[in-house]
Amino acid sequence: MTAMHNGQVAVVGAAETTGLGVLAEMSMIQLHADAARNAMADAGLRIGDIDGVATAGPLAMEVSHYLGITPRWLDGTMVGGCSFLLHVRHAAAAIAAGAATTVLVTHGESGRSQVGMSRYAAMSTDSASGQFEAPYGALMPYATFTVPALRFLHERGMSRADLAEVVVAQREWAMANPRAFRRKPITVDEVLNSSPPVAYPFTRDMCCVVTDGGGALVLTSAERAADLPSADRAVYLLGSGESAEAPIMSQMTEVGTFGAFRRSSAEAFGTAGLTHSDIDHLMGYDAFAHLPLYMVEDLGFVGRGESGAFVASGATRPGGSLPMNTNGGGLSYTHTGMYGMFAMQEAIRQLRGDAAVQVPGVRTSFVQGVGMYFAASASLIFSSERP
Amino acid sequence: MAGGFTPTPTPDTAPFWEAAKEERLAIQQCRSCGRHYFYPRDFCQHCSSGDVEWHEIAGTGRLVSYVINYRPIPPADPATPQIIALVELDEGVRMLTNIVGSPADPDCLPLDAPVFVGFEPRGDWKLPVFRLAGGK
Repeated sequence: MTAMHNGQVAVVGAAETTGLGVLAEMSMIQLHADAARNAMADAGLRIGDIDGVATAGPLAMEVSHYLGITPRWLDGTMVGGCSFLLHVRHAAAAIAAGAATTVLVTHGESGRSQVGMSRYAAMSTDSASGQFEAPYGALMPYATFTVPALRFLHERGMSRADLAEVVVAQREWAMANPRAFRRKPITVDEVLNSSPPVAYPFTRDMCCVVTDGGGALVLTSAERAADLPSADRAVYLLGSGESAEAPIMSQMTEVGTFGAFRRSSAEAFGTAGLTHSDIDHLMGYDAFAHLPLYMVEDLGFVGRGESGAFVASGATRPGGSLPMNTNGGGLSYTHTGMYGMFAMQEAIRQLRGDAAVQVPGVRTSFVQGVGMYFAASASLIFSSERP
Repeated sequence: MAGGFTPTPTPDTAPFWEAAKEERLAIQQCRSCGRHYFYPRDFCQHCSSGDVEWHEIAGTGRLVSYVINYRPIPPADPATPQIIALVELDEGVRMLTNIVGSPADPDCLPLDAPVFVGFEPRGDWKLPVFRLAGGK
């Protein structure tokens, strides 16, 4: 146990943008600000209470200055869509060390409407990806992040139907969620045979939605959290981990398993002092349908080759033993481009007991993120109770 | 192949692209630990030794994984599906590439199939691509 874990740091404010989905009237920085102001209101804090700011996409000072914050701690760690999970981990360390008191983590992305976006995604032809991947058409996420999937399935004797089962399981959660982007019931056969092909073996419904939106978190010490108006809604960080491999997908150490998932999740379990049977709820960053399959195996919730049967059994659906991606996930709920913030928001709603589709009695939630395709990984374990 | 981005070599990668321009596939090998590595850099990926050398290799390997991209974006031709593949060379390094000369049909693209290198013009350079051995 370390000072940054074991419930010593709390999430005291959590909110998404007021709207979600298609928000062509808002720029990226407006999405950050809307989410940030909602999260501060949720925490019962004012702008002057914030002394630390972390974000990815825009620079941290673009967000702090826009909001009127004078920071004494900044974190602009950018490793793709799980950056915000790393920000939470780094903020916990900073709060535990006294380098910041109250940290705001913001995400906003006009992923669908492309209004006022930063240029972080711009591809340069002399980068590693620009030289060794982009010339082959590995540009869009659906043509890059997806490439290892056939190997994963082949090594395990699994098939495209296992990808489709992930889509169907998560759609079941989304159907009852009014903020979810895709809510229409769908079958395995429809995912495989009616959904338009995008990049074989992936059809459109096996790929995430593309939306506009954002989210923000406010973190402070558990001690300070107890004195805030939001004290009864505080959520505590029990453990965390982060890791990375290659900046280009082709160089991941193994194709059919991701070492960074294994390392960061092991550190999260280790620092929390918990095992898999202690986890009530799982959020696994699902830009594409193969990712939850990699994750449940690499995190150790099931053994190698068991992920497909596990999802097909209904274990991750409503009423299952490991409710997963209960907002509908990136596949059905929302995906602005960097989804990690939304995975954390749903974990926090479930722990607070105010999710759109609430799982009864969630006390621990594991949030697993991925960044820049198979490059970076972050893992967080949250609890509704301070140990 | 139906076009796409042209790579811009950097000092550490230029030998790779200069060799490819002459239709030779060259990668680096560490003289200290004996292992090959990719992508290019001035020291060994495995043991950090700076005692490394460039080798022309045969360019044979196997198909590890792929997607058939039905939605290519410009500058590639949006109407021509791309086979975007991972191949593992006999030297143990993995590269992203395109499979050419095979139909964009999963039945024609068995995993672990043997592949061999070829080169296609791209801007001022040539791009290593792969074909299935025995493919039509």
